[in-house]
Amino acid sequence: MGLTRDSVGLHALDEGLKITRTKKEDRIIALAGNPNVGKSTVFNGLTGLHQHTGNWPGKTVSNAQGIVRSKGKNYIFVDLPGTYSLMAHSKEEEIARDFLCFGHPDAVVVVCDATCLQRNLNLVLQTLEITDQVLVCVNLLDEAKKKQIQLDLAALEQQLGVPVIGTIARNKKSLALILDKIETLLQTKERKPFLVRYDPLIELALTKLERKIAPLNSTPLSSRWIALKMLDAEPTLLASLNQKMNPSFQENPAFQLCLQQVKAELAQAGYSSQRFKDALTAAINLAAKTIASRCIHFKNTNYQARDRRIDRILTSRIFGIPLMLLLLAAVFWLTISGANYPSSLLSSGLFWIEDQLIAGADWLHLPPELSEMLILGVYRVLAWVISVMLPPMAIFFPLFTLLEDLGYLPRIAFNLDKTFKKCGACGKQALTMCMGFGCNAAGIVGCRIIDSPRERLLAMITNNFVPCNGRFPTIIAIITMFFSFSFQGFSATLFSTLILTGVVLLGILATFVLSWLLSRTLLKGEVSSFTLELPPYRKPQLLPLLLRSLLDRTLFVLGRAVAVAIPAGMILWLFANIKIGDLSLLLHCSRLLDPFARLFGMDGIILIAFILGFPANEIVVPIMIMAYLSNGVLIEMTSLSELRSLLIANGWTWITAVSTMLFCLFHWPCSTTFLTLCKESGSLKWGLAAFWIPTLTGLTICFIFTFFARLL
Amino acid sequence: MMSVPIPMSKMNLGDRGVVTAMNVNGSIRRRLQDIGLYEGCELECVLKSPGGDPIAYNISGAIIAIRLEDCRGILLAIK
Repeated sequence: MGLTRDSVGLHALDEGLKITRTKKEDRIIALAGNPNVGKSTVFNGLTGLHQHTGNWPGKTVSNAQGIVRSKGKNYIFVDLPGTYSLMAHSKEEEIARDFLCFGHPDAVVVVCDATCLQRNLNLVLQTLEITDQVLVCVNLLDEAKKKQIQLDLAALEQQLGVPVIGTIARNKKSLALILDKIETLLQTKERKPFLVRYDPLIELALTKLERKIAPLNSTPLSSRWIALKMLDAEPTLLASLNQKMNPSFQENPAFQLCLQQVKAELAQAGYSSQRFKDALTAAINLAAKTIASRCIHFKNTNYQARDRRIDRILTSRIFGIPLMLLLLAAVFWLTISGANYPSSLLSSGLFWIEDQLIAGADWLHLPPELSEMLILGVYRVLAWVISVMLPPMAIFFPLFTLLEDLGYLPRIAFNLDKTFKKCGACGKQALTMCMGFGCNAAGIVGCRIIDSPRERLLAMITNNFVPCNGRFPTIIAIITMFFSFSFQGFSATLFSTLILTGVVLLGILATFVLSWLLSRTLLKGEVSSFTLELPPYRKPQLLPLLLRSLLDRTLFVLGRAVAVAIPAGMILWLFANIKIGDLSLLLHCSRLLDPFARLFGMDGIILIAFILGFPANEIVVPIMIMAYLSNGVLIEMTSLSELRSLLIANGWTWITAVSTMLFCLFHWPCSTTFLTLCKESGSLKWGLAAFWIPTLTGLTICFIFTFFARLL
Repeated sequence: MMSVPIPMSKMNLGDRGVVTAMNVNGSIRRRLQDIGLYEGCELECVLKSPGGDPIAYNISGAIIAIRLEDCRGILLAIK
């Protein structure tokens, strides 16, 4: 799952498998396929939805659904998580298989990667065992053509016995035919799908069992497949089968007798559970190879040469890591330098509007309390959030999406896996950290790509050490005000970039250290196995990329910040202006916290801003400003240099700046992230652990830093 | 030109070989079978990460990174 309006919002918390037909003629179509074959692109192309697509395996981690209306019928498409097989070895495979078996889809579209068809056929063959209502969609034909791979789709159709369609998912026209093909598929009753033939002894056992199951089978599932799964004895599936089948044939004495009998025969013939499973996969692999050899012709066997040349540089021993850092720094540099100008333009624009609003309120003779609350409270917080947050986001998100679409992110995981392994974690954690740069809540949902529950928890708890887009601008603003202030132009940007990169690296270092510590204390356990697919590099399409990252990611994340900022601005203004004695509520609270906060190099106002910023990190700085302003210093905040004077007037030093930056990097997750953590880890306990671990880390680091800095 | 089988983890860049034995157990065995690694399949060692672990292999057209400890038990006859 990427950063979409669903994944970063509270919707990230639902994953439901509930599909509702509004009419009886509605068709439910499941989209299955290997990871990273463009399934989500097909899904988006068909449904017009914005399921986020990206060039890395495991992006869709839960089912998404969308409706297409065509010729008076509703087609409800369900985008299943990408899986290599239906043997349910991982959570995604279980979700996919259970939907195919028990979600009652009318048809299944198996999306295949034309450049890697043989491996994809494994999934097709396994799907054909469950149902024959299958349409095979060979996607990425354009890439296959570029790589000089010739595909004979007619031969493939003949071999498989079900319809095959070739598509270029980025080209919507080629998708239009899918609906027609599905309709034809649903109307043809007679089909002879290709079935994998297993060892003779297994076939014999299957035939015997199938004969017993067929009369009792009340499901649309193939009896042969049920027989196969009975022999394979997968506990989760047997339990689901038992639940869904009424009456359950598993309790039928004749069937049980037969099952015991054939199992004994197989065991006698030397089929241990392991050898039986091996025989199944071997037969499927062999069948896929045979079919592939009849339909695919490689005109150029060295078609991946260019990708490998790029890989050798990006993952080389000497350049791999430095290039990664350079790329990170380049993204930050572009973000900082690009954001400067629009940011000041936006803020002068928005503060000009503020003046007009004040004039308007005067003209309307609004009571001063009301107009101040609305303008100095709500509008000002809003203006800050927009002018400081929007430009960096609008630059960072497209850049990040570009790297994602190119296929670079899995290379980061490949480069860093050894380090993660040493810390007892999984290399795929690098992918979830990358998502965390956008939004920590999305990063935490993304942790589903990590199979081992222990390693998944590690990744979830430490995700907050990556500063999200709500915290970036705060850090950038502090750097600009306090560290690169004396520099001009290019050198200022360069200096800011270096510091920001350093801050982010500190967060990454903390991730490693904490993962290491956790896997030796709270989350002890063995490192599990790891496989990671490195997808081919793909040329991103710039226009859709821009639209998607700006509309889906930037505007959405900004929208969420604005939605929080409006009520927060109002409450804050009240907090800052309701007076008890001669001090406002806000100042009372901050005075209370002040001695404590000073231990960590901050002041009471900064700490209270972080506490009140729990709903969204974006509003931390506006809270500080409002609190400082209510101190009696009246400054109009139109630029960072004025903000700098305000902060300095309130006693900020470089120590305050560094401590605030460190605490911004290391503190509790925002409310959305916290809720997501509780939901994804399945317990409040881990949610609280993920709350306190970064907080205590931050307090410790700030304390040590302040202690030594004050000695200087 | 068949030689003595070597472990998959010891392959050099550019080596191609046919899997002759899969002495791995548990979830990694099934995972590898799912991605198309089985006795008799052909694969090529294509990429080493900066730390030398994991290594990426071309397995029926897809590039899959595997940790050394996970593929130590897989033996190949190098071509």
